[in-house]
Amino acid sequence: MSSVMGSGQAEVLLSLKEVSVHYGAIHALKNVSFDVHRGEIVTLIGANGAGKTTTLRAISGLTRISGGSILHAGEPISGLPAHRIVRRRICQAPEGRGIFLNLSVEENLDLGAWSSPAPEDLDQDLAEVYELFPRLKERRKQSAGTLSGGEQQMLAIGRALMSRPELLLLDEPSLGLAPQIIERIFEIIQKINRDGKTVLLVEQNALQALQIAHQGIVLETGGIKLSGRAAELLASDEVRKAYLGE
Amino acid sequence: MIEFAQHLINGFSLGSIYALIALGYTMVFGILQLINFAHGDVYMLGAFAGMYASRWLKLDQEPSLSALLAAIGIAMLVCAIAGFLIERLAYRPLRRAPRINVLITAVGVSLFLEFSGQLVFGSDPKFFPQIFRVSGEWSLGELKVNPIQVIVFVIALSLMAILQYIIFRTRLGRAMRAVSFSHELASLMGIPTDRVISYTFMLGSALAGAAGVLVGLTYPKIEPLMGVLPGLKAFVAAVFGGIGNVAGAVVGAMTLGLAEEFLVGYWAPTYRDALAFSILILILLFRPTGIFGKGRSEKV
Repeated sequence: MSSVMGSGQAEVLLSLKEVSVHYGAIHALKNVSFDVHRGEIVTLIGANGAGKTTTLRAISGLTRISGGSILHAGEPISGLPAHRIVRRRICQAPEGRGIFLNLSVEENLDLGAWSSPAPEDLDQDLAEVYELFPRLKERRKQSAGTLSGGEQQMLAIGRALMSRPELLLLDEPSLGLAPQIIERIFEIIQKINRDGKTVLLVEQNALQALQIAHQGIVLETGGIKLSGRAAELLASDEVRKAYLGE
Repeated sequence: MIEFAQHLINGFSLGSIYALIALGYTMVFGILQLINFAHGDVYMLGAFAGMYASRWLKLDQEPSLSALLAAIGIAMLVCAIAGFLIERLAYRPLRRAPRINVLITAVGVSLFLEFSGQLVFGSDPKFFPQIFRVSGEWSLGELKVNPIQVIVFVIALSLMAILQYIIFRTRLGRAMRAVSFSHELASLMGIPTDRVISYTFMLGSALAGAAGVLVGLTYPKIEPLMGVLPGLKAFVAAVFGGIGNVAGAVVGAMTLGLAEEFLVGYWAPTYRDALAFSILILILLFRPTGIFGKGRSEKV
């Protein structure tokens, strides 16, 4: 297994062990196990309803798991309320962008820093986010509801960065965006990763996600179908047929 | 003209008391989508807290502005604690329950407070001690102004300004607005949503407590069921302004206060209490989201 995963040296930051989630009678996640190593981009791909978002919700503490355990730096975090998980520097930019449409751009970013371990550096963090996303700076006093889809996604990512995450969870950042903007978002995800943050990226856009990721995990109806180095998955016939439309 | 100005002053004074109560309704609705039917009874608790505080501290022996402010402060504190306990004991256990369960519980809490009030305070009306007195009237030409009306209005307005500051300029206020947009999203920011909800109840209840003392000052007979009607009217005011909308609650309450005062002054005093409910029916028929209300369609 370790030869397939190929990153034996890096520390395991997050580990899911036999995680199950039930929504009523529906078994949405079935004994899912995988590790996220520090410094990597790991992408979780699969069709709608495969359990990608449920996996992120379980990690963030938004959905209770019905079996298994989730470990962060070796300590169990399943069962902690969501706001305590953010304090462990695991931060999510949720599906559908999930920004506060009733607040201004800057208020959204300030809220992102709610659990920042370095609140005294708020201005510096803000400056860094604005450097990454100049459009947000132009619109900082505007209501977040007036932003375009791409700008809202940038705000969601920028806000997650404000908490100085070690592990960034991104839920379908490319959803509903134009191709050039998707490209830009993926470049930024790579840059964030080069700056030392670990990224767990959920995507339906399997091709682009695998191109920037180190590891890939393919989910199907709540279980792991395939996993391995992203480059190997990209090359595998099975993935190309089922997820890349070839 | 003089009469008109008189009614205007009375209307604003009454409206500002409704506003203090309506704010609590609208804040709690904004954050929990819950009509806290016990809110009018918290206002009653505020009046009694003010009364007992005035008696024990003998505030009526030297009526003054500081005596009044002390009574208001104590009533606000008592009501904040009451609001905290109501949320913690009655509503929080039902956080994931269907909304109708919570609504029925709210009616239950309301009845509990009303009849506990009768048990503890007695059901006969009590006289609210005079802790603030201004000799005579202030006159502007022929217009005679009751200084108490003005003081009520000014204090209520100051409290609303403080609330406005808290909601729009502080970290807590930002958290409240975040939680009112989405609990889940707020918790993903690391905001402890349950604590923010507690603070919201405490703030809203404290304002109702202040209203209780202010009403004791103007209509000095208080009794355990005194919260029922003003509570309902403040609820109508909140709906009128668009429930969940803070500025709307104030505008709605002022409108209701003025409308009642003019109705009583010029037309049909006996219809005073029917007015609020006529407004409620009209609003629900023609503009259920209230005058400043927005649909919640923006919420995905």
